[in-house]
Amino acid sequence: MGEVTRTVTIDGSEQGFATTKFDALLSWARKYSLFQYPFVTACCGMEFMSTVSPRFDIARFGAEAPRFSPRQSDVLWVVGTISQRQAPVLRRIYEQMMDPKWVIAFGTCASCGGFYDNYTTVPGLDKIIPCDVYIPGCPPRPEAILDGLMLLQDKIASGDRRPGVVKPRQDPADPKNDLVTLRTSASGRDE
Amino acid sequence: MSEAALSRLKERFGAAILETSSFLGDDTAVVDAARWKEIALFLRDDSKLSFDMPIDLCGVDYPERLPRMEVVLHVYSTSLRHRLRMKARVGDDEMNGAEIDSLVPVWSGVEWLERETYDMSGVTFRGHPDLRRILMYPEFEGHPLRKDYAANRTQPLIPYRTEEEAGVPLEKLAPFGPDEGMSFGRRPHLPHSEN
Amino acid sequence: MEPLDIDLEEGELELPSEPMHLNLGPSHPAMHGTVRIVLELSGESISKADVQIGYLHRGFEKMCERGTWTQVFPYVDRLNYVSPMLNNVGYALAVEKLCGLVVPDRCQWYRMALGELARMSDHLTCTGAMAMELGAFTPFLWAIKAREMIWDILEEETGARLTHSFGRIGGMAKPPTPAFKELVRGTVPRVLQLMNECEKMLLKNRIFLDRLENVGIISGKDAIALGWTGPCLRASGVDYDVRKAHPYLKYDEVDFDVPLGKKGDTLDRFLVRVEELQQCGRILSQICDRMPDDGPVNCDDPRYVLPEKQDVYTTIEATIQHFKLVMEGAKIPKGEVYSYTEGGNGELGFYLVSDGSGTPYRVRIRPPCFQITNGLSRLITGRMLSDIIPIFGSINMIGGECDH
Repeated sequence: MGEVTRTVTIDGSEQGFATTKFDALLSWARKYSLFQYPFVTACCGMEFMSTVSPRFDIARFGAEAPRFSPRQSDVLWVVGTISQRQAPVLRRIYEQMMDPKWVIAFGTCASCGGFYDNYTTVPGLDKIIPCDVYIPGCPPRPEAILDGLMLLQDKIASGDRRPGVVKPRQDPADPKNDLVTLRTSASGRDE
Repeated sequence: MSEAALSRLKERFGAAILETSSFLGDDTAVVDAARWKEIALFLRDDSKLSFDMPIDLCGVDYPERLPRMEVVLHVYSTSLRHRLRMKARVGDDEMNGAEIDSLVPVWSGVEWLERETYDMSGVTFRGHPDLRRILMYPEFEGHPLRKDYAANRTQPLIPYRTEEEAGVPLEKLAPFGPDEGMSFGRRPHLPHSEN
Repeated sequence: MEPLDIDLEEGELELPSEPMHLNLGPSHPAMHGTVRIVLELSGESISKADVQIGYLHRGFEKMCERGTWTQVFPYVDRLNYVSPMLNNVGYALAVEKLCGLVVPDRCQWYRMALGELARMSDHLTCTGAMAMELGAFTPFLWAIKAREMIWDILEEETGARLTHSFGRIGGMAKPPTPAFKELVRGTVPRVLQLMNECEKMLLKNRIFLDRLENVGIISGKDAIALGWTGPCLRASGVDYDVRKAHPYLKYDEVDFDVPLGKKGDTLDRFLVRVEELQQCGRILSQICDRMPDDGPVNCDDPRYVLPEKQDVYTTIEATIQHFKLVMEGAKIPKGEVYSYTEGGNGELGFYLVSDGSGTPYRVRIRPPCFQITNGLSRLITGRMLSDIIPIFGSINMIGGECDH
């Protein structure tokens, strides 16, 4: 049960009222009206700006309205590296958000610290707060960001709170795609 | 850059200029740390030098040398368009006595640079109006750019979540398991299974 | 009837006021997420300001001491992430100065071209974001649209939209694509035209002008003593542009003007950036005319430059060279050097200390933003609270660079 796909009345005509579960209706409404709180710290912010701008246009997914008060927002986009100094700020913002709330880790630094494996960087925001969707990339392309948003919408619709990760659209190792050819042995067998 | 600046410094301060060198067009003077500020004032005010812009100030740590820390200042003259690098060496092998006069009265722009050098390398600037940490938080102990500070030694401000709190494994979450994110060619997205 | 206040002492009617403390940032939309300003307000005017940075300190200098000289490039990209290519070029030039390498002509033109494109992207972002923070959302969208066009070229050339990691010691990762000049010639006029429209829309807007004019004035002398460089210094009327004062690459062979401001207020800083965009366009068209279409891009020096991939697979010498360069890193001669270029925000310097090994002993970056942000508290003290936004927008603080 997820989307309201058809509306069927008692006499069989496709007009009138729809029947659905209340939860499903609620999550359907939620997934298309996400108010976002962009917690923008670093380089990924540049791609975030691109995603908001007309070419990629995040508004198509009902998530264009930024709210700079955590109390009014549903999705926390953690965009960029979280330093140890920033960590208490991030946790506090998360705690101030109203339920239901979701968190998207935008980019490698937010997901796992990236290549900043050092004295000042938090190795991934999941060390501080829960996270729903991870978007890999340094920074991720806008297409990947939109994939991440859609993944979150799916999760909202199905009520799944387990973390998910955005995967590449094309699997480079899949022989169907013909992107990578690995020569594995001297016998010349190509895989 | 101008070697004339170096000879002028030597002429004026004599023994306080410990070494001079010119390498690839960069002129360097190593000066006596005790006369750091006096020389800086001269650099700014002398009409043939008139170094009016502080470019950079940093510390370079040489643990095997004595004195251990090199404080490196780069200055530039916008009117004469020449540059100079001035160094002073301070601190014993435990960084005791790593003190030097603050140059804030000479160039106001070094205020943050000195705070940064204090924060990162642990050099104390005498007479600095507001010597606090700038890049790291006040609770941080040690000085990360010293060679003996391990690069990956973190000092978290808030404790990390435990696995009980999170309810999910934290050490290696699904995309960052043993395969380090190379999740293609595997089973479709199943975040907390054993793989 | 008698006036009520007849026997009141003057001043007795005033409300008691004590300074109010206000915390702006770090997670404030106009603070770019990385700056916190603790303010002491008296009414609406600022009596004291403490600018705190370091929320994006990522240990750049420490990280550089762990890998090879070439592995610094990705970190350099993420310093000034609005114009990564300028940082790439700046770092490559610094290492090459230490090695005594001079890259071939074609590469010099190519570096200049990519650098100027990055500068355009920097100025577009800065002016667009500044307008947005003042409430003008449409110019921001136009600026981002223009920036996308520039990023399309950069993506075509380097394969990445933002973090290119395209510089190499002694050259570039790849030669220019055949369509490069055509792309630049076609795109730059469109970008400039978009910017002209933005300019018209903003500079005839009374609100925008009122919020910028005579706000955040700094004299040239103060700016120099603070160590300001780049557009912010030039807005105060000081003619210092590294490209003109100490030409590197081929900047002495192209013709361009350095726009200067008169008053050093926020409007001047905005106008200097807008005018520099036009100058970038001029430089780019000259580069397109003069860049050779063929010839080597990388230096021919096996000590620093990777061999051709084809040779690596076919000859033992190239295999060994490749192995040594990748596993041990290029051995950079012992010494120390300070090299400087004109970054998006001003003089971008690298102070490198090498101990002769394949790993840097010390990489020190001189980020232009750091010094500029140092002057911020001086600019906003005594102004109104709402003036912080345009002033902060005009100095173009980039977190990655400022906080190292």
